[in-house]
Amino acid sequence: MLSSKASSNCHGQDSLYFLGWQVYEKNPFHEVENPTGIIQMGLAENQVSFDLVESWLRQNPDVMGLKNKDGESVFRDLALFQDYHGMPAFKNELVEYMAKIRGNKVKFDPNNLVLAAGATSANETLIFCLADPGDAILLPTPSYAGFDRDLKWRTGVEIVPIHCSSSNGFRISMFALEEAYERAQKLNLKVKGVLITNPSNPLGTTMTKDELQSLITFAIDKDIHLISDEVFSGTVFDSPCFISIMEAAMDSNLKRNTDVLSRIHIVYSLSKDLGLPGFRVGMIYSNNQTVVSAATKMSSFGLVSSQTQYLLSYMLANKKFTSHYMKRNQKRLKKRKEMLVSGLKKSGIKCLKSNAGLFCWVDMRHLLCSNTFEAETDLWKKILCEVGLNISPGSSFHCSQPGWFRVCFANMNQSTLQVALRRIKDFVERSSFDYQQNMASLSRKLISNWVRKLSSADREEQER
Amino acid sequence: MGFLSRKATCNAHGQDSSYFLGWQEYEKNPYNEVNNPNGIIQMGLAENQLCLDLLEPWLMKNPDALGLKRDGISIFKELALFQDYNGFPAFKRALVDFMGEIRGNKVSFDPNHIVLTAGATSANETLMFCLADQGDAFLLPTPYYPGFDRDLRWRTGVEIVPIHCTSSNGFKVTLPAIEQAYRQAQKRKLRVKGVLITNPSNPLGTTMARDELDLLIKFIEDKQIHLISDEIYAGTVFTSPSFVSVMEVLKDRNLDQTQVWERVHIVYSLSKDLGLPGFRVGAIYSNDPVVVSAAIKMSSFGLVSSQTQYLLSAMLLDKKFTKEFMSENHKRLQKQQKDLVSGLEKAGIRCLDSNAGLFCWVDMRHLLKSNTFEAEMELWQKIVYHVKINISPGSSCHCIEPGWFRVCFANMSESTLKLAIQRLKSFVSSIAMKSQSHQELKSLRRKARNNWVFRLSLQSFYDREQDTRAKVSFSYRPHFMSLSNIAATLDAAA
Repeated sequence: MLSSKASSNCHGQDSLYFLGWQVYEKNPFHEVENPTGIIQMGLAENQVSFDLVESWLRQNPDVMGLKNKDGESVFRDLALFQDYHGMPAFKNELVEYMAKIRGNKVKFDPNNLVLAAGATSANETLIFCLADPGDAILLPTPSYAGFDRDLKWRTGVEIVPIHCSSSNGFRISMFALEEAYERAQKLNLKVKGVLITNPSNPLGTTMTKDELQSLITFAIDKDIHLISDEVFSGTVFDSPCFISIMEAAMDSNLKRNTDVLSRIHIVYSLSKDLGLPGFRVGMIYSNNQTVVSAATKMSSFGLVSSQTQYLLSYMLANKKFTSHYMKRNQKRLKKRKEMLVSGLKKSGIKCLKSNAGLFCWVDMRHLLCSNTFEAETDLWKKILCEVGLNISPGSSFHCSQPGWFRVCFANMNQSTLQVALRRIKDFVERSSFDYQQNMASLSRKLISNWVRKLSSADREEQER
Repeated sequence: MGFLSRKATCNAHGQDSSYFLGWQEYEKNPYNEVNNPNGIIQMGLAENQLCLDLLEPWLMKNPDALGLKRDGISIFKELALFQDYNGFPAFKRALVDFMGEIRGNKVSFDPNHIVLTAGATSANETLMFCLADQGDAFLLPTPYYPGFDRDLRWRTGVEIVPIHCTSSNGFKVTLPAIEQAYRQAQKRKLRVKGVLITNPSNPLGTTMARDELDLLIKFIEDKQIHLISDEIYAGTVFTSPSFVSVMEVLKDRNLDQTQVWERVHIVYSLSKDLGLPGFRVGAIYSNDPVVVSAAIKMSSFGLVSSQTQYLLSAMLLDKKFTKEFMSENHKRLQKQQKDLVSGLEKAGIRCLDSNAGLFCWVDMRHLLKSNTFEAEMELWQKIVYHVKINISPGSSCHCIEPGWFRVCFANMSESTLKLAIQRLKSFVSSIAMKSQSHQELKSLRRKARNNWVFRLSLQSFYDREQDTRAKVSFSYRPHFMSLSNIAATLDAAA
């Protein structure tokens, strides 16, 4: 009756990642109204710098009021503007902002930028342009849980994971890359590209130039594409500084291969850096004109509201504001992350060393009762329902090792984070106390069993 | 293997059609009353620009709506973070109320059954993804909106099989036509998943009668397939007969709570009624909770900006304003349509009788050189390049009869419309003159031939009486010669 897409669960929303959100929605924490509710630590949103944006808005009321510099209403023009090429002023500002985030080491051409309704739309559109149903994209794990929906659901494209492990900080090794490629071939899947998220979600780490160049070489070798989802590029708060795939591609060795730029594509969005996910501003950047042309037409299915394009073009045009914002935002993110990391440390929980993102990749392997995903899910349920924290289990990111969790820190204020850390501490102490109790009780049982056996053995001997 | 996908490299986006090519030509040389009075007038864009001046005063009176404030307090943060694909509750409530009002409140809609999307473009594609698989088909009455080739087919892989409608009955949908389309699909081994209608129709500008809707409902009941009713022009019905939504017919026939109820879906948008295409507000309405659930998840790929949801929820909640707006909207649309129709009539061009939409379906068959699509294209090119008006040829709408054109009237001022009509009038007169002089020359040639024959016989007569009539025949020769020259020239021109 309905399509197979509508009736399947390829939307991937039956994952624990989304189930945790649902449980949270039923009992959300509120400092005043529901202090025992569930704290949302499964949502990678940036709420630490709103005051900066709000202050800018207060100083520029005309922009919200859809008035131009001369105080004249531009409402009519905006109401009618549905050109899928996007507002030129907005695209010009976007490419400058993108360059700024990359330390101005790369320059972007607004004609190569395609706007989309969020990175969700941008990623899907890019896959529609690069791959046919039944083709495959290689994706390093752990990876963002939403990719199962965004890259696969309506496109019919398969994802083949590149397994990364804690043995080397979850970095992509050439071995893992080749192994994934071979696995795809064994499954008779045509590999069309590799998609990386840099900075990584859920790891919160950035890639080195060497890593990026190895990936580019791999893509050239196999004649495939390389998509770099750089939505978190503005959240790099610590060294090493961010290196974009474009910067790595500009290297002289690779430049000799003239078609290298035709296979590299960037996805970006204002949802994470500026903390504006509700406004649905995403984009694809590509030097491949056929991709730009096709993606532009496809963007008809998810254009950015002209009202929003207008507001944000003005905001980004204010270079003083964007510089100030970027600096302050990164400082605050760093502080918040350090608070989480040190707080967890006090509970004996370690995090993967990270320099970006809105979350930490947390090692709770020692809290599992067994090295299995069942144990991970048990732990996740306990933390969700008993501790009252929605964190995201590594399995929902297709991590190949149980026991890792993504914990977000930027979508709450400091006092809420303190509450969360206290709850974790209490939980760990309780678990450890319970563990000790259990261990003590188990040893007592074992000893008394042993004693009983011993004494019964003695009696038998005596009776013989 | 292809480096890019087939979708990226084929032309299933349908944008090589004359519908879009006309726009491109317009973009190169757009008319402007002051700066470019000889430019191309855009009459190929179905936009409602007649009432934007009514929206601006509302915005000034309600600064909180644009300023993202509630009772004077900024809610910017709340909106900036709001990305829930279930949509802004206040906006959905306001939207369903508005939809009910447009339908004379004869049907009411449940906000839990509405899915917000980035425009009707996104809504239509999403519905296809929910209802059909690659290789399935939807039946569509022709002529239809050229954008459907892209929206329904491109990325979904779904096929469109046309239900051919003709001028013999005002392009209404008939049972034989639907059945013929269904058989055609079966011949092509396509599984038909449903029928998609646009009501009011684009490009016809007509609303469907109850009996047509009854017919369609019965058909989908029989075949157990879906019916999508794209009702984006529902608010542009400016004269009788009044708009009857497919939901109303289902209700009247007590078919709510039956299986067929769950197979009827509506697409809506604020782009046409309110004239706000730039804000990207579309919606799917379905009675099937599974469809709603799948469509909601898919709407992640095209959510409506929360900034826009907030603005429009405030506007639509002002029921007094929307009532006045819609009433004035209808008045202005009616006037503009009447001006176009009467202007064209004076040029000897007739339009299909219409009561809705932002365009007329214009009959230019009598201006074609031949009853062919080549002739239609030739005429279209003349109108775009020489008359400098971009109108949309019927072939781009998959009409099976050559000579029909969609001409938009709501995206320009009165004076621009007058100018366009003037240009068309001059064009038609020039064709008439050419055709008349062509006819006259033809008739002159006939006369000349007859004269020549007459002269020949006369000549022989005179020759026979050479001695006595030599002077007379001689005096005729120059005249005879010049006529035969004319005859030769006419032959060459023909």
